Amino acid sequence: MGYPRCRQELSGLNQSNLACLGLRIGLSTPLSSTADHVTKTTTGAMFMYNLTLQAPNAINQAILGNFSGTRQQELIVSHISRIELLRPDTTTGKVHSILSHDVFGVIRSLAVFRLTGASKDYIVVGSDSGRIVILEYNPTKNVFEKVHQETFGKSGCRRIVPGQYLATDPKGRAVMIGSMEKQKLVYILNRDIAARLTIGSPLEAHKSHTIVHYCTGVDVGFENPIFACLEVDYSEADQDPTGVALRETEKMLTYYELDLGLNHVVRKWSEAVDRKSNMLVAVPGGTDGPSGVLVCSEDYITYKHIGSATLTVPIPRREDPLEIKERGLLIVSGVVHKMKNSFFLLLQSEEGDLYKVTIDYTGDTVNEIKIKYFDTVSVASGLCILKSGFLFVASEFGNHSFYQFEKLGDDDDTPEFSSKDFMLMDGDHLDRKVYFKPRPLENLLLVDELTSMAPLTDAKVLNLTDEDTPQIYALCGRGSRSTMRILRHGLEVTEMAVSPLPANPTAVWTTRLTADDLYDQYIIVSFSNATLILSIGETVEEVTDTGFLATTPTIAVQQLGQDALLQIYPQGIRHIRSNKQVTEWRAPGGRNIVRAATNRQQVVIALAGGELVYFEVDESGNLSESNVRREMPGNVTCLSIQPLPPNRRRVRYLAVGCDDNTVRILSLDASSCLEPLSLQALSAVPESLVMIDMPDQISEGSLTTLYLNIGLQNGVLLRTVLDQTTGQLSDTRTRFLGARAVKLFALNMAGNPAVLALSSRPWLSYQMQSRIHLNPLSYEALEFAASFTSEQCLEGVVAIAGNELKIFTIEKFGQVFNETAIPLTYTPRRFVVNPLHKSIAIIETDHQTYSTLEKKKKLEQLGFTDEENELDPVIFGNSRSAPGKWASLIRILNPANGETTFKLELQQNEAAFSLALLNFAVEAGELFLAVGTAADVTLAPKSLSSGFIHIYKFVNDGMGLELVHKTPVDEVPHALLHFQGRLLAGIGKTLRIYDLGKRKLLRKCENRTTPNCIVSLNNQGDRIIIGDIQESVHYASYIASENKIVVFADDKAPRWISCSTMIDYNTVAAGDKFGNFFVDRLPQKLSQEIDEDDAGSKSVGKGYLHGAAHKVDLVAHYHVGDVLTSLAKTSFVAGGREMILYTSFLGGIGIFIPFQTKEDIDFFQTLEMHMRNEMPPLAGRDHLSYRGYHVPVKGTVDGDICEQYNQLSGDKKRLIAEELDRTPAEIQKKIEDMRIRAI
Amino acid sequence: MDRSNLNSQLEHLQSKYVGTGHADTSKFEWGVNQARDTYASYIGHYPMLAYFAVAENESIARVKFNITEKMLQPCGPPPERRE
Repeated sequence: MGYPRCRQELSGLNQSNLACLGLRIGLSTPLSSTADHVTKTTTGAMFMYNLTLQAPNAINQAILGNFSGTRQQELIVSHISRIELLRPDTTTGKVHSILSHDVFGVIRSLAVFRLTGASKDYIVVGSDSGRIVILEYNPTKNVFEKVHQETFGKSGCRRIVPGQYLATDPKGRAVMIGSMEKQKLVYILNRDIAARLTIGSPLEAHKSHTIVHYCTGVDVGFENPIFACLEVDYSEADQDPTGVALRETEKMLTYYELDLGLNHVVRKWSEAVDRKSNMLVAVPGGTDGPSGVLVCSEDYITYKHIGSATLTVPIPRREDPLEIKERGLLIVSGVVHKMKNSFFLLLQSEEGDLYKVTIDYTGDTVNEIKIKYFDTVSVASGLCILKSGFLFVASEFGNHSFYQFEKLGDDDDTPEFSSKDFMLMDGDHLDRKVYFKPRPLENLLLVDELTSMAPLTDAKVLNLTDEDTPQIYALCGRGSRSTMRILRHGLEVTEMAVSPLPANPTAVWTTRLTADDLYDQYIIVSFSNATLILSIGETVEEVTDTGFLATTPTIAVQQLGQDALLQIYPQGIRHIRSNKQVTEWRAPGGRNIVRAATNRQQVVIALAGGELVYFEVDESGNLSESNVRREMPGNVTCLSIQPLPPNRRRVRYLAVGCDDNTVRILSLDASSCLEPLSLQALSAVPESLVMIDMPDQISEGSLTTLYLNIGLQNGVLLRTVLDQTTGQLSDTRTRFLGARAVKLFALNMAGNPAVLALSSRPWLSYQMQSRIHLNPLSYEALEFAASFTSEQCLEGVVAIAGNELKIFTIEKFGQVFNETAIPLTYTPRRFVVNPLHKSIAIIETDHQTYSTLEKKKKLEQLGFTDEENELDPVIFGNSRSAPGKWASLIRILNPANGETTFKLELQQNEAAFSLALLNFAVEAGELFLAVGTAADVTLAPKSLSSGFIHIYKFVNDGMGLELVHKTPVDEVPHALLHFQGRLLAGIGKTLRIYDLGKRKLLRKCENRTTPNCIVSLNNQGDRIIIGDIQESVHYASYIASENKIVVFADDKAPRWISCSTMIDYNTVAAGDKFGNFFVDRLPQKLSQEIDEDDAGSKSVGKGYLHGAAHKVDLVAHYHVGDVLTSLAKTSFVAGGREMILYTSFLGGIGIFIPFQTKEDIDFFQTLEMHMRNEMPPLAGRDHLSYRGYHVPVKGTVDGDICEQYNQLSGDKKRLIAEELDRTPAEIQKKIEDMRIRAI
Repeated sequence: MDRSNLNSQLEHLQSKYVGTGHADTSKFEWGVNQARDTYASYIGHYPMLAYFAVAENESIARVKFNITEKMLQPCGPPPERRE
């Protein structure tokens, strides 16, 4: 083997290896042959900065309330470690994210309560902090504020530490927080003299040996608060070896009453319910209803309350010939909706079907419960009904949806079932089944969707479509709702209109007619020799009688004074009064106007040669020229005037960019008109300037900061703070936007001033949640733009691209990625990319599902032939089959157009689990796909009839597959990898090398030392890294001369590997199932020794502690908080530095950026430490212990907490800044630089 | 520290923290406690529940229900007590 053995670092190694194949397989981006920052440090230490690019977007809890204290209902959802406030706009039906805050803890439950008589709701958070936390939303500062935090136990998701369940009294007098077992605490909520919320000391309602299934607050009006719990006592079953006690164990519905007079909690009432009960839904009480609870059990719902008769109604099942009769049907979520004089409940089954439940009662007596099918939506982890007639469905998996109620299902022919028909004796089990026919939505109308990529099973960063920046290809979703999503860095743009123009325009403006107008009236389009005026109404059409000069190009347009318009053109200024009276100011002979800057009161023009002329609107509304003119030292390339705040007649600053690479700030004060105040030298000629006022980043009062944005001709955007008193420039931020000169335009976006920057792609700089974001738009390159406000579109943009006029708007701010989704059939597991033909091969596998063929067969068997009644599987899901039955397919996608070019459904209950792209040495030039499958797999206990490795050949230019052969193996092949012109396969605990044979694969080499099951494989040169399902990573070496694989090093700790990637020859980064990210490295010296040892005797060594001879070092460890599903060493910015990108199971995307200098490490570590003290996480979890959930955090700084620096108050910012010997602005700049470095 | 005090402290711990071991903890008790702790942790960590739910192709609520049910007797009936 002529292989360089003692290569120090990887760089280039992999390339040379792959180069001999003539192909780069499985590598999205070539590894940089230049210095590799990840491994650059000489000491072998590594330090990284973690940054979340997209937080996991699955929702585990959703609550509804009036959190702002206004009449508007808002939603609060939790994304495991993040709490987010959503505000639905009931007029447009769109849901807007208002605030998202990372709490660095696991949010397990959320509840809402309101003190009697108050108008504002509080949020109770049950987390893994061992504390109960009450939050309040502060709408003026747009933050969550911690009102109370009470410690009751240890941290962590423990069995007896409360936090899992939360129940509030509907009248807001008490809250119960419960654990899985034994402990329940009740806190009394009250208000003090100053009307502030108080929280009492905890009252215990513990019951040992009891497992809790559910807790809810019973609505009892103003009587003593009652909490209902669903409990099972295991003490008897634990002691009885015969199993009789287990069978006799009952599930109890227990009422805990909080006696407000005596200040203690008593078990008031307890009654046995069905053993398969899982959920309680409180029925309105007091003046609103009969009180009590609905106990949801498998297959039926029971009404229970103290002293009332038990009423039972079955849950209707879908009419389906393939129904599995023995399988029970669970209710998974429910919501009560109270209207003026009535109420109803919506319950959802685990298939996604919604049922409307109505309760007929007189006084406190319930006469009848009725249930009927309502509609089918995706299975929800939370349902919320808004008073304004909307339903929010927080999906377990896939996009969350927002529906509008069209009807309440009152008068349709859907069968309704009543409890009167199902009278039961106590203790009887209801075994009658009732059915309904599922149908498309009838009562609900989908109005908005929120993206959720959960579950995200695999992802890669690639640039298959040859764009500026690489895309992320991600496998998302489950079952029939699965998709492959292509994510592009940029904000999503909603195009509203595109209209062609007669020629290529040069500029566009919009204007109102008077200062009081709400909406724009004209769109003015300038061409090289003419100007076109369009009026905005029902339609957009040309108008001619506006007073504008149409036969000349235009330089600027402005609504001036109260009701006048201004047109600036090369030869002069045209002032058009509302009565169409026109006043002209003519440019001095032979000197054209080249640039202009305006606001409603002030106008500045630059004449050719660099002379500035200043005008102001006087009391009578006339435009009067100032007697001061100023000659600039160079040609003026751009001008900008400060925006005019309301009720002001004049602003003080003018910015002038000249072709001598400078920007000057000039005063507009009457006393010092056009006097220079400050100057900034630039690296290139400024192309464009925009001054905007942005709300202060410290959300206090209504202070604003004035920013000067400078676009340079070399494509760089600078943002500088302009001091409002002195006119000095400070705190400059720089960013390269693209190859073209940057043109800037002031807009209003997300309710605040924003800047649109046009370069080779459009970018938007806007403020959200006390941070200034600069994001590209996912849109074509534009030449000129202006803001556009109309009744339909409050924050639009009108822009020019080529000869087209485009009107668009941006709705989803804060989303770094925008996505294109390609639908798939079953849950996607893994994918690979064919780099030659740029096609994607995906394997999709679903458990308990009928494959297309099996379904057809079964239906024929049952005598059903017509497929007309086929339900849309995207809504209703694929047909469920028995456990141990699988549906699986292999798909080839063309990423360019999203088309599936080839689909092969596996037969004989085979399921695909792994795949790899291969290039066999014996058949050079051909590209193969290996797919690891297994037949008749059962999950628990693990079993299978046989595993297989299929080998396919790519045909049709990589868009199709042809089976070569199928090799049986004895276990499930969970990991396949191309290895030196052969196939490396992890089959259970066996690692094998296969070569291509005529009829099947030929075993060449085998190693059986992996302890449990190989789930991931990585390879560079002769080194193989094996990831075990339970025992972390193993380093192995392939010794060609002896044809054997030797495991020579392994990890010191057990880790449940979910994904791994090699970041250099000696280093592996991996993720585990508990949400940890870690990096292991083989000591350099050992690595050399192993590579120099041809015989492998040293490598084998003597086993140590039942493992391999050597151990790897842990260099970094960090708890991400979600199962990692993919890791890749990649670079997002073209030519940028390499970093590690990870995706997580619930839809998160993040990066680890290696630090470059020791100073940076010190800085960010100190900042992180101060942040932990100054801004302790909201849910009460200690940040350091959260990030070191299972193993102490090592070699990593949490950038997410560092970024929260922006949200601190000014005092605290300064305090930390002093500790770090810097100014707050410098710290903010450093934080921003880290983010820019990444994306 | 005298012996009785130590014992009472231990008893206090055992009653306060379910699953605290003692000199006569049997293999069965140990296993049951471990299993219940594990299941409680799965339920607390939503990503784990979601992970299982996708593998089994069940809803998360169903997986949570199944796991909670298993907490009742995670390791089968207790062994016959040998006197």
